[in-house]
Amino acid sequence: MTLSDDPAAVPLLSVRGLTKLFGSFAACNAIDLDIAPGEIHALLGENGAGKSTLVKMLFGVLQPSAGQILWEGMPVTIASPGGARQLGIGMVFQHFSLFEALTVAENIALSLDPMISLSRISEEAASLSRAYGLPLDPKAHVADLSVGERQRIEIVRALLQNPRLIILDEPTSVLTPQEADRLFETLFKLKAEGRSVLYISHRLEEVRRICDRATVLRHGKVTGACDPKLETPASLARMMVGSDVAEVHRDDGAALGDIRIEVSNLSVPARTPFAVSLKNISMKVRAGEVLAVAGVAGNGQGELFDALSGEYPVSEDEAIRIRGKAVGRIGISGRRLLGAGFVPEERHGHAAVSAMVLSDNLLLARSQSDKRAFLAGGFASIIRHDAVRSATRRICEAMDVRKSGEDPLAGSLSGGNLQKFIVGRELDRQPAVLVVNQPTWGVDAGAASRIRQALIDLAKAGSAVVVISQDLDEIFEVATNIAVISEGRLSEPHPAGTLTLERIGLMMGGIHESHSISEAAPSRPEGTYAH
Amino acid sequence: MFEAILLTVITASTPLVIAALGELVAERAGVLNLGVEGMMIMGAVCAFAAAQLSGSPYIGILAGIVGGGLFSLLFGFLTLTLVANQVATGLALTILGLGLSGQLGEAFVGLPGIKLQPIVIPLLSDIPFFGRVLFSQDLIFYLSVALVVGINWFLFRSRRGLKIRAIGDNHASAHALGINVIGARYLAVMFGGACAGLAGAQLSLVYTPQWVENMSAGRGWIALALVVFASWRPWRVLAGGYLFGAVGIGQLHAQILAQNLGIVIPSQFLSALPYAATIVVLIIISHNRRTTLINTPASLGKPFVPDR
Repeated sequence: MTLSDDPAAVPLLSVRGLTKLFGSFAACNAIDLDIAPGEIHALLGENGAGKSTLVKMLFGVLQPSAGQILWEGMPVTIASPGGARQLGIGMVFQHFSLFEALTVAENIALSLDPMISLSRISEEAASLSRAYGLPLDPKAHVADLSVGERQRIEIVRALLQNPRLIILDEPTSVLTPQEADRLFETLFKLKAEGRSVLYISHRLEEVRRICDRATVLRHGKVTGACDPKLETPASLARMMVGSDVAEVHRDDGAALGDIRIEVSNLSVPARTPFAVSLKNISMKVRAGEVLAVAGVAGNGQGELFDALSGEYPVSEDEAIRIRGKAVGRIGISGRRLLGAGFVPEERHGHAAVSAMVLSDNLLLARSQSDKRAFLAGGFASIIRHDAVRSATRRICEAMDVRKSGEDPLAGSLSGGNLQKFIVGRELDRQPAVLVVNQPTWGVDAGAASRIRQALIDLAKAGSAVVVISQDLDEIFEVATNIAVISEGRLSEPHPAGTLTLERIGLMMGGIHESHSISEAAPSRPEGTYAH
Repeated sequence: MFEAILLTVITASTPLVIAALGELVAERAGVLNLGVEGMMIMGAVCAFAAAQLSGSPYIGILAGIVGGGLFSLLFGFLTLTLVANQVATGLALTILGLGLSGQLGEAFVGLPGIKLQPIVIPLLSDIPFFGRVLFSQDLIFYLSVALVVGINWFLFRSRRGLKIRAIGDNHASAHALGINVIGARYLAVMFGGACAGLAGAQLSLVYTPQWVENMSAGRGWIALALVVFASWRPWRVLAGGYLFGAVGIGQLHAQILAQNLGIVIPSQFLSALPYAATIVVLIIISHNRRTTLINTPASLGKPFVPDR
């Protein structure tokens, strides 16, 4: 089936000089790309490199400013998604274009011929989902489904139209490793049938594992085309980022200072049926230390962050001390006034208001702690726009935030750039204590390395840093000490140098040191874990 | 006595049901049109005037539908093409409608109206009690029931209705699928306007066959509340409409009754009941994320600008 080896074969899809301008900003700049029949073709690039824009043009959602799209060698204009589907292009979006209030079958029906009855669609979807290993209940409401199941709807919806090219935009960014493996099996089935796949990702390992060829984008231009199996992750990363990704530097052995944040016997009941209760958590973080909290998602990380930041104050004032002061019942602003900074997990809607500009987002976070710098007129609290804007500029420069315009909407920044801004917003204050939850989730390699280095530098300058993360590579890069959270319990911290990935993996699975096991499940005999 | 009360309840409820059904379709498409009161009164004045001038109440009904529909087109143009704020535009439409109808209807104040006569359906109307109540009604009542059945079928059984619901749930995704969001919303808004106009025609041709300024008397607002009360479902609009209508009529009887018993119930208390009931329903719907997601059109009131 490897038609791509035949030099005479006409590519299924070719793109020549494709350009998309937003104002004077070229999101895509003279892109060339060939996709052969029956190949899995990777489109690699950092966030903001122009991958999504390119794909939207291929699917008719955006119209190119210049350039040509060829389908089996013939020039075509793809005026709309409907036109793309007629050619034989199917698309699975990164942010699913699903309707939560509708059922699975109704969602699928919307993109099909209106003459086909809902019951027939249900049947066909069911048989397709069986054939490709994508289990789905056609009558379920999308609102009730998991992210992985929602993606299956998108894939089945694309497959029902019998496409010859399927575009997947960052499909694994929302999946568990097991779900991702299933997806790969589906992709191999599609390839075996002679269909082509355009696979967009910034996950290098994945691309090397499943893709036949790769086209790399940077700043809207093609910077390389290669066989990813012949490349190393480092050489692919170089093409994506332009230079080698800066390695994170640290020097261990620096003396630690006084205790900056201390948690003693903190227990918090679960707020909602889906939340995890925190059980008897204790930890101490000293000046100069980065304590990383590792764990599988959903083991109490969010709840721990809420308790530490004061987003949800706890009942015991003494349970949390920041710089010696008992703050358990104090809210987030009070803790900030003590010199603490907090970066929550979700960029949009939590750490930043997408529909507000960067300077407003800065002011929202720091209006209390930097009242003197940003507000004038005492009680009247008049905003000093010049001061806020110059602070915004300072943060963007310090963190290399790439943006269009002087003070753009937070929502217009790519994920990595917004994250750099949000972390930079706290670093700019030189906080004595920084608590950050998933600092580089869904962020490209360049931005991630920048953020990690900034966290290390902050600790080196004498602050205490708590990093809650699921990314073990990140944890080993930044941590002085590592503790593991599991089912709302936090293990003893261990110096990062004394731990291995395997050991942490075991701890994350809930098997703590012996004393925690007996504490956690005193009555459970050994061996019952097998079930 | 009971039959007479029932008949007045039907007459009072019919305009609520019709106007709410129209607004339901618009809101299912994601458009919040607070101008129901204005469109209703425009329908009422157009219907009354046309009936007077032509001598036929059926021409009046047609004029009410066309008047309400055209008036809603103004709302559609402002909010869908010019992307004005829907809440502000809807309020403005109500204010404009109340003023404009007063101006248009000045010549008709005090004239005796032309009442729409009942259409007695043979055989069915011979059924004791129910026959007289349900099958000796005027055309607008029959239309209101047909609309409930038709809209329910359209929204939940037809592919076009599915598209309307999809647009109301997530207009960006609907656009990405190639659905003409703006076009569909124009049609939904105009359908809403036409229904409000028909409801207005019922007021000036059936309920109180004459033209009085501000004769809609807040019924447009009750219809708006009714849509939420019914959690955007046509059959619940029918049930809720009759409940709200009965409360309105019951208000009068209860007051007389209470007066005889020497109890004073402030009339404001009873008139507030529909709104209070709507708030209770809203609380029930929004008590968890799932019921909210499945019941409310998620893009309701949000402007849509396709990015090109």
